[in-house]
Amino acid sequence: MLWVDKYRPKTLDKVTVHDQVAQNLRKLVSEQDCPHLLFYGPSGSGKKTLILALIKQMFGAGAEKVKMENKTWKIDTGTRTLEIELAMLSSAHHVEMNPSDAGFQDRYVVQEVIKEMAKNRPIDAKGKRAFKVLVLNEVDKLSREAQHSLRRTMEKYSASCRLILCCNSSSKVTEAVRSRCLNVRVNAPSEDQIVQVLEFIGKKENLQLPAGFAARIAKQSNRNLRRAILFFETCKVQQYPFTSNQVAPPLDWEQYVSEIATDILTEQSPKRLYAVRQKFYELLVNCIPPESILKKLLAELLKKLDADLKHEICHWAAHYEHKMRLGSKAIFHLEAFVAKFMSIYKEFLVASFG
Amino acid sequence: MAPLVPMSQPWVEKYRPRQVKDVAHQEEVIRVLTNTLQTADLPHMLFYGPPGTGKTTTALAIAHQLYGPELYKSRVLELNASDDRGINVVRTKIKNFAAVAVGTTRKAFLAVMDFSGYPCPPYKIIILDEADSMTEDAQNALRRTMETYSKVTRFFFICNYISRIIEPLASRCAKFRFKPLSEEVMSSRIMHICNEEGLNLDSQALSTLSAISQGDLRRAITYLQSAARLFGSSISSTDLISVSGVIPEDVVKSLLAACRFGEFDVANKEVSNIIAEGYPVSPLMAQFLDVIVSTDDIPDEQKARICKKLGETDKCLVDGADEYLQLLDVASETIRALFNMPQTLVF
Repeated sequence: MLWVDKYRPKTLDKVTVHDQVAQNLRKLVSEQDCPHLLFYGPSGSGKKTLILALIKQMFGAGAEKVKMENKTWKIDTGTRTLEIELAMLSSAHHVEMNPSDAGFQDRYVVQEVIKEMAKNRPIDAKGKRAFKVLVLNEVDKLSREAQHSLRRTMEKYSASCRLILCCNSSSKVTEAVRSRCLNVRVNAPSEDQIVQVLEFIGKKENLQLPAGFAARIAKQSNRNLRRAILFFETCKVQQYPFTSNQVAPPLDWEQYVSEIATDILTEQSPKRLYAVRQKFYELLVNCIPPESILKKLLAELLKKLDADLKHEICHWAAHYEHKMRLGSKAIFHLEAFVAKFMSIYKEFLVASFG
Repeated sequence: MAPLVPMSQPWVEKYRPRQVKDVAHQEEVIRVLTNTLQTADLPHMLFYGPPGTGKTTTALAIAHQLYGPELYKSRVLELNASDDRGINVVRTKIKNFAAVAVGTTRKAFLAVMDFSGYPCPPYKIIILDEADSMTEDAQNALRRTMETYSKVTRFFFICNYISRIIEPLASRCAKFRFKPLSEEVMSSRIMHICNEEGLNLDSQALSTLSAISQGDLRRAITYLQSAARLFGSSISSTDLISVSGVIPEDVVKSLLAACRFGEFDVANKEVSNIIAEGYPVSPLMAQFLDVIVSTDDIPDEQKARICKKLGETDKCLVDGADEYLQLLDVASETIRALFNMPQTLVF
């Protein structure tokens, strides 16, 4: 079992990083009554952990027996019957799914799933929790229509169904949905907190940590706890006992992107652009999201530029990322960014050194 | 639907006005509608206005007051965005509902009125909530339906943006604009709920609540309920801010301070920090705009340049662009504006 899963806090009491949030959630649950919730925060900050712990707190151990199924939804749209297949995790008390996987048909999924859940009300002998919980991931990727159809459904079926929504940026969730939920911001853990978690794991695993080692991993992880723990485990596999100056190897694709950055900085010519294109293709084929590539590339370039150029380059990066969102083929925009950069940089070099 | 457990009912539903005259702050609308209730004569209606001002409440209340609980189910069809409202539904469901006449003569009508105490006019009502999310085709298909069956059916359209309702539909309706609620009205409603629920709210918290909800009563009530759930019966203004997800003033100020410093790397660090803290960027920019506009020591020309950038960036964010890059772009442009650097580099 990976350490990331092994040391995931299972209950709200054991949550260490966001203890304030966890306390509030516990208060919510203890009142028998729970509003719809919207968790938002950057990735690797612990949204999922909090949600799972919350569900456990609500329903007890029963919620841990989950089964994975690929369910086909048959939806009658009037003119034709759609068949949408979606993977979902479910227990007796809750269902978890990622409706944005259904692409542009997500609206139907949202409507159907919630209606179906509301129909099958759980009958609890003790009459304790008379509602089910539906966890929807990545709601910020839902289409506008799907979010619109969420709003009234949330009110209509609130007697038998609670929604827990989870997303990275809450500004992509419509105001109407946000105002119907209790918003929970989950911030990325600070470096100190990451160090604490790493030291805790080290102690449990009986490892000797040299001074400053945990801090270095925390810094490298960019405040992403999941990544920090993965780095930590990689280091352990790579070499143990740890040496004092050991660093986790950067991710393959990040290394590759920094190579691209060096390539661009050393030579600006159509020929080099062509070579860089091959590398972009390589990255895209390996399913690295294009916006991550662009962001990393920008970060690498910024390290080596003059202040004046930084403003210019960051403007163009934002510009091409926006264009990329509107268009459909990422490679064009990545290439356009590189070409733009080359032209600016070349001009700058000629002007300053002749 | 299963009976609601009274405790888990949202306060928004619990305190929804049941009668037209109870709807807050919309005097003109209410005057017209009370008249309507007496004469039981009703044009097609179009309610528009920002969220949380009572549009749906008014429509439901008038339908209830016209028909009473007995007839309500058979006379009123309520459709909103959670139902499918493509052109097919307009052609079949709405048309079928609209076409069936309610068989009441004048005499029988009066008899019914005496019997139940409700006006029960001889027509039906179709409420189309969130009508601005209907497609243009579906709206076009409605035009003729509205006229053909106007003897037996009245339409209520409810929407946020009147510009998204096609002109032919809008011109067939009596239009009512719902205004955002003023602070006094909002406060009195909130105080009413606090009394009912046994909550303790000081005056500072009350004004904070009015400020952060910006005239949207539903939002104010939701915040109040969330805060009550989390923090118990006495609520302070910081509690309200923490549940509402409004970005603390300090964050915005520190971003501006980082920009004033004039170093790209400092600003970059601040931006990464904001993103890692998980603050949503588009409200952040709105607040940043407020701070920029209200600052005294920035010349107008520079302010204008920053505001222009904020506008462009907001559009990009709506299109779904990456938050980090966009915020960084704003920060960098702010620096360039503050230090009068040219828009594009000249070598």
